Amino acid sequence: MKRWWLLLVLFSGPLFADDCALRGTGDLAIVIERADGAVQIVETTHNTAVARVEGLGDLSHASVVYSRDGRYAYVFGRDGGLSKVDLLCARVEKRVIQSGNSIGGAISQDGRLIAVSNYTPGGVKVFDADSLELLADIPATWGDGLRSKVIGLVDAPGNRFVFSLWDAGEIWIADMQDPRHPRITRFEDIGRNPYDGLITPDGRYYIAGLFGEDGMALLDLWHPERGVRRILDHYGRGEKKRPVYKMPHLEGWAVAGDRAFVPAVGLHSVLVIDLRDWCELARIPVYGQPVFVEARPDGREVWVNFAFPNNEKVQIIDVETLRLSDTLEPGKGVLHMEFEPRGEEVWISVRDRDRVQVYDTATHQLLRELLARKPSGIFMAARAHRIGL
Amino acid sequence: MWCRIGIVAFSLAVSSALARSAVPSAQRQAELESLLLQDCGSCHGLMLKGGLGPALRPQVLAGKPRQWLIDTIRNGRPGTAMPPWGPILSDADIAWLVDRLLRGAPDTGVRP
Repeated sequence: MKRWWLLLVLFSGPLFADDCALRGTGDLAIVIERADGAVQIVETTHNTAVARVEGLGDLSHASVVYSRDGRYAYVFGRDGGLSKVDLLCARVEKRVIQSGNSIGGAISQDGRLIAVSNYTPGGVKVFDADSLELLADIPATWGDGLRSKVIGLVDAPGNRFVFSLWDAGEIWIADMQDPRHPRITRFEDIGRNPYDGLITPDGRYYIAGLFGEDGMALLDLWHPERGVRRILDHYGRGEKKRPVYKMPHLEGWAVAGDRAFVPAVGLHSVLVIDLRDWCELARIPVYGQPVFVEARPDGREVWVNFAFPNNEKVQIIDVETLRLSDTLEPGKGVLHMEFEPRGEEVWISVRDRDRVQVYDTATHQLLRELLARKPSGIFMAARAHRIGL
Repeated sequence: MWCRIGIVAFSLAVSSALARSAVPSAQRQAELESLLLQDCGSCHGLMLKGGLGPALRPQVLAGKPRQWLIDTIRNGRPGTAMPPWGPILSDADIAWLVDRLLRGAPDTGVRP
């Protein structure tokens, strides 16, 4: 009986390998199962699990970008692994270990280049999106032969990548018109320890959040010659900073009307920026230190999750009144939230409960729970068509 | 489950050596192990191979005084992203974590 089963497995291998789904990928998403080095592919039309792909290495801090056709997910792992996952066939198409320790990546405007930001050795490497062949190596050198950890890597119009140097306190633009010979523009002294960066959805402004001082660094990519400007300077003035047990993330841009919402570092606050003058408009007290501050796609609400030890709740800010409108308690270890592209549902990973939850964003009611092992990041394939994601 | 059994066996073996600061209960040890990998792991990596913070594997920590490691966890490292865990963890918790770091993962060889 056992031998019969073995034969079946052997002969069915190639059949399964060809067993790729004939469907679109626009409603698919990837859920990182970070302790297992695996991802789940889920679909957001009926909210079900589709497949699981293993063998992606150390996904302690993983992120994903999508090919422009939406078929492939590029998964960036902590161990320097860059994996190209075929969503339809649910398998790893290609995989390279490109550094000792990496933090994230981006896909170029033309979809042909994948850039990875690395901690060790500090810098950015650029790969061909088809073959994962290394095209360019950009060491993040500074000071006296030092290498800086690189964070906040995003794509920008003009086939550029923009990123920040944690140790050096710099922002760099890499112009990839000639992929093998990037042209680098450096901006020094932008502030101490930029911890993450984002680009506005129109691709015009790059903003790095600072860990080492209060404020953010703003670069207008239409006018790089004007240099980097400090915004929200000294936002923590007069307030006692708390220990930071998890770095906030800047992802996308929580914009509603002419207001943007960003996490305050070391404070139980969400900062509201007036986009007309880049000044602080308000500070909203919240339950913990914000990690992700994300606008529902229609801009009516902003959802916030929190750093350890306050990571069991999610709070919702009403954008019109700048007041909290609701508090949800998904459970310990809420690590990430991802809205479906039109915003009617949001997916929330609850690490310690080994669940991914789907909420109705109009009623704030839990619609569905899916099992996932130590889930962290959730990445909708709709990111394929958005600048900076 | 094997993980917890390993921890319990270890704690029995060394409990006399750590008698001065109360050894965390088996349940607390499991919580600390999870905290170490998941929350410390946010910066130091789930495999403790480093990230924004340095690697914390035994070979990296070898030679560092135990008390210095305890002080680092309790008080943080001013000027870096390492926060003080004293407000959250007891002395016994911190001592357990330091010894856990110095001897390595109980599951070495099982996971990559």
